[in-house]
Amino acid sequence: MTDEKEVRQVMAAGLVEAARKDDRIVVLDADLMSCHSTKCFLEAFPERFINVGIAEANLIGVAAGMAAFGKIPFAFSFAPFATRRCYDQIFISVAYSKLPVKIVGSDPGVMAEANGGTHMPFEDMSIMRAIPKMVCFEPADATMLAKALPQIIDYPGAVYIRMFRKKAEKIYDDGLDFKLGKAVTLREGKDVTLVASGIMVARALKAADELAAEGISARVVNIHTWKPIDEDAIVESVKATGAIVTCENHSTYGGLGSAVAEVVVEKCPAPMELIGVKNSFGEVGKEAYLSEKFGLTVADIVAAAKKAIARK
Amino acid sequence: MQKDKLLFLKDKALKLRHDAIEIIGHFGVGHIGGTMSVMDALTVIYYDKANIDPKDPKKQDRDRVIMSKGHAGPAMYAVLGDLGYYPPEWKTTLNRNGTNLPSHCDMNKTPGIDMTAGSLGQGLSAAVGMAIAAKIDKNPATIYCFIGDGEAQEGQIWEASMLAGSRKLDNLIVFLDSNRMQLDGPVESINGLEPIVDKWKAFNFFVQDIDGHDLEAISDAIDAAKAQKGKPSMIVLRTVKGKGASFTEGVANCHSMPIPEEVWRKETGRYE
Repeated sequence: MTDEKEVRQVMAAGLVEAARKDDRIVVLDADLMSCHSTKCFLEAFPERFINVGIAEANLIGVAAGMAAFGKIPFAFSFAPFATRRCYDQIFISVAYSKLPVKIVGSDPGVMAEANGGTHMPFEDMSIMRAIPKMVCFEPADATMLAKALPQIIDYPGAVYIRMFRKKAEKIYDDGLDFKLGKAVTLREGKDVTLVASGIMVARALKAADELAAEGISARVVNIHTWKPIDEDAIVESVKATGAIVTCENHSTYGGLGSAVAEVVVEKCPAPMELIGVKNSFGEVGKEAYLSEKFGLTVADIVAAAKKAIARK
Repeated sequence: MQKDKLLFLKDKALKLRHDAIEIIGHFGVGHIGGTMSVMDALTVIYYDKANIDPKDPKKQDRDRVIMSKGHAGPAMYAVLGDLGYYPPEWKTTLNRNGTNLPSHCDMNKTPGIDMTAGSLGQGLSAAVGMAIAAKIDKNPATIYCFIGDGEAQEGQIWEASMLAGSRKLDNLIVFLDSNRMQLDGPVESINGLEPIVDKWKAFNFFVQDIDGHDLEAISDAIDAAKAQKGKPSMIVLRTVKGKGASFTEGVANCHSMPIPEEVWRKETGRYE
């Protein structure tokens, strides 16, 4: 079942609501306001919406300057342009300067679909994760984003939000007890743990169903905050199941699989399989085609789970 | 400008150059060229124009000074030290292990530094962001920003300038330190910036082109910039790299150079 609201609408509405109570909140975009549905913010707070035009380095630099003046800026662009295109600006003007800029990169991985290889970020979380102190977050659905937003605003440092724009598969209801940096265990299991993020959470849950039909008990954990990562949840999962499969709509180089593996090898060595994009550029295509091409399907997860269990 | 004020500023600029040489001298090597070339403009800003309070370095209505050419950190440290922003004993610690005076300006280390800089081109964007934020808050702060002529080869300078002009940020005053030299040689022979004035005019700035070592001209230019409504200001400071020290002024390789103790002690002795 898909969410009733698009993630971007929830983000924009959440920012408008927060901005009514907190005049530090400002929104910046680089000519993609229409794609991010942030026109409502412009209409509510015309002075506090800054469209810098098609200039991502300046987008981040201006956001940093506004933060240095006391603002809490949310800077939007498509994920590759919000990260890769202005990496040094994020590194120096935001992170090294310890300024609380919130960077929103949209259309993660294969969700860039028809925009193709130039717009398809498989490495945004890897490069953002390499920046000291940068918080890296990917919501699984609109409910999670809505719950996360106040915590992101309150967090006194830089945050990267990897945002799927449209209607996501509904994972959570309003009862979600969300904490930034704290993984959510969606299903208990004893044979293998499927760690997933973003659009891969729904697939991991389907994979767990298929595995259950074959008598395999899979635990499903949503690691939405890739950094700082919930080490306890990983250690606990290894203790409970003895094997891990990570599932990300992203490159396995430096992404969620790497982040989990860093914990596993140091704290609780166990067989691991990584579902994600392997050493490839993106290309145009429908999400289903791209997911199959890059090995991100439910069937891929099921196969990886069996492989991980066999390696115990 | 009144004669006694001019004399005071002249004396202050001399003293600050002395301090900057000493600050770099204690480490033995540093960005002396671009430090000395901006010193007169910094003197006028900090001792004649700016709304600042060394006892309250974060007060919200203060004027901001962003040294986008972040390697001129020692120039800022000479000023901030003289004004009492940090303890006098820090002056001998430039680039020493654990120092609060790093070669490039760091807002989280040195009180009075309003923005971290060092990766060239980025400070001007931050200054533009501050100017926009000040407008939103109806905060009276003036945002001063120094960029280098070599630094203007960075594309981000033009992104930031375009936005400043487009948004009519008349609370932003940019100084371009036109000392005509960059690390590898003359700016014009590497990737020329001229015509500087025409370029920023085309970006909808109010542009003034002055002798960057003429204290009265700098003071008048800042007043004229503040009086100009509806446009950001560019003050092109025609300067000499290494200005004011016999071993650096007009010396080709003075961007960053070793300064032996006997050399700087002799130089600072001239001021005493």
